[in-house]
Amino acid sequence: MTLDKLPVGQTAVITAVGGAGALRLRMLDMGLIPQTWVKVTRVAPMGDPLELRLRGYTLTLRRADAAKIEVAAV
Amino acid sequence: MILALIGNQNCGKTTLFNELTGANRHVGNFPGVTVDAMEGVVRRHAGCRVVDLPGVYSLRPYSAEEELTRDFILREKPDGIINIVDGTNLERNLYLTLQLLEMRVPMVLALNMMDAVRAAGCFINVQKLSELLGVPVIPIAASKGEGIEKLADAAAAAVRENRVPHPAAACSPEKVLQTVQRTGLDRDAADAATRYAFLEAVCAETVTGPAECRQHTLSRRIDNVLTHKVFAIPIFVGVVLLVFWLTFDIVGERLSVLLAGGVGNLTLIVENVLTSWGIRPLVRSLVIDGVFAGVGNVLAFLPIIVVLFFFLSMLEDTGYMARVAFVTDKPLRKIGLSGKSIVPLLIGFGCTVPAVMATRTLTSRRDRRMTILLTPFMSCSAKIPIYLLFTASFYAGHKVGVLMVLYFGGVALGAVYSLVCRSSVFRGKPVPFVMELPDYRLPSAKTTFLLMWDKAKDFLRRAFTIVFAASIVIWFLQTFDARLGVAASSSESLLALIGGFIAPIFAPLGFADWRVSTALLSGLMAKESVVSTLGILLGGGPLTRLFTCESAAGFLTFTLLYTPCVAAIAAIRRELDSVWQTACIVVGQCAVAWVCGAIVFRIAQFFS
Repeated sequence: MTLDKLPVGQTAVITAVGGAGALRLRMLDMGLIPQTWVKVTRVAPMGDPLELRLRGYTLTLRRADAAKIEVAAV
Repeated sequence: MILALIGNQNCGKTTLFNELTGANRHVGNFPGVTVDAMEGVVRRHAGCRVVDLPGVYSLRPYSAEEELTRDFILREKPDGIINIVDGTNLERNLYLTLQLLEMRVPMVLALNMMDAVRAAGCFINVQKLSELLGVPVIPIAASKGEGIEKLADAAAAAVRENRVPHPAAACSPEKVLQTVQRTGLDRDAADAATRYAFLEAVCAETVTGPAECRQHTLSRRIDNVLTHKVFAIPIFVGVVLLVFWLTFDIVGERLSVLLAGGVGNLTLIVENVLTSWGIRPLVRSLVIDGVFAGVGNVLAFLPIIVVLFFFLSMLEDTGYMARVAFVTDKPLRKIGLSGKSIVPLLIGFGCTVPAVMATRTLTSRRDRRMTILLTPFMSCSAKIPIYLLFTASFYAGHKVGVLMVLYFGGVALGAVYSLVCRSSVFRGKPVPFVMELPDYRLPSAKTTFLLMWDKAKDFLRRAFTIVFAASIVIWFLQTFDARLGVAASSSESLLALIGGFIAPIFAPLGFADWRVSTALLSGLMAKESVVSTLGILLGGGPLTRLFTCESAAGFLTFTLLYTPCVAAIAAIRRELDSVWQTACIVVGQCAVAWVCGAIVFRIAQFFS
């Protein structure tokens, strides 16, 4: 499953981070790396972007970019 | 010695900078990098300068700002680094710290927000943290001024003793290679994974306390309302209207009226003094009709600008702007921008100059240029007198309707313009939107005050340089004729000559009179002077002498859209760093204004 498909309020663990170039490096630098727990806490009013909670802080990510992250629901 | 102040966004960096330096600061000039960083002298350490660099999350180049920070360390070679981290969010903040350790520059760690850490019932073992990272760690609470002196002393000592830190052994290239072999990840992912694994261990050993701090619980509750599925956008619109109402009507407008009165009185006094001293009438005219009329006119807008910035900094520093970006990202993406563009665009309704300056917060150059291109479509406050004068003369009773059409028309045209540019000049995707949503915070009074002070200084500097020079030029053109004698009447002046020369251009818009084109030209200096110039040139006569209902519609459309004033053009040139691109914006804006004005005039004629 990819991160954009994860329902709001659910926690999952990242299994792979796709994408390429600067975006991928940025996601990795922000702590989106395999074995990290991440929870989708909210969706913006128009359905995009997503609000995530990981490593004790809140991050927003667009659906298209979240689709590059593989997660396993727990 | 030069200290670089480096840290993540939203970790209280600017507050710490203000505490370290007091009001003793200025925009520094570093030839090696095109960074516009604030620089100041550290209090009680006379030879020690500190530079406030843009907030970054990593030194791997991603945004323009990260490249700047990295370049600053590599090229300007600061003698020391103060790395500020948010104690309530240690793990991610320390990621940058690990990269900074590898720069081989003496460094101290400022562990900020200790007041919030204590309030949350957390405990951080500072001693242990210092041992694990191999750098001095000073706990501080920048917003309360706690620990600042100790931090300054520690930083100065680290530089004096040239204590260069060692990169964390747990994140060495060999360890990263081991991670690659163990997990099968690629190098980039393994690098981040190794660092975060080390930081997880560091935090586990040093931080004890509840999993979630109170500040975050409160933030989540506020967000349940402010980013609510249904209410988020209405609340945002309400906040914008409230800020504009308070700025333009309640606070700023009243202060502006007071200041304008003061300037008016001063003008009278100076005029009387000049007259009683028997100064030549021409010189008196230069001082009164040129300098005082020009600079004084613009000066009256100082309170509005400062008050507007006060509210905007409140929205920004509390963390609300990040939510606005979150909520508006999707609609803005449809026209090729990102959520982060919303801030400059909003400011554009106040004044194009600060709006263009605010685009610095945008991460990609493409988004930045695109946002700068759009700001002139946000009708600035200086055009309000023009709209009010014309609605009173031609569309009495429809004031609100006309203003709404103008404002929303500007925004809609901007959106169309942006769509056209997206598919031609600015091809390529908008940058990804990977943004932190910080917890809500009360902004520090000192930081807010210093920001207002900076904006006021900026504005005054411009008023007494660009606007001052432009005022004298307009006065000169208005006063002299083609043979450089004093013009007998304004219709013989150089200004009339130039105005008459370009007047035919406006025939398709319904107004080919030299007085109208002259007024538009003087609007180049400041939009307010369109009204005052028309007043002077008409000698108090009614506007109906120059306009019909239809040509007034064409004129309003043209003024809504035509080129921004000189101060804004100067700001655009500064931010784009390109005369050519700035010229394109000015010409493009005039062309759009001309075409739209002509269309509106024809339509109005058709229906009358």
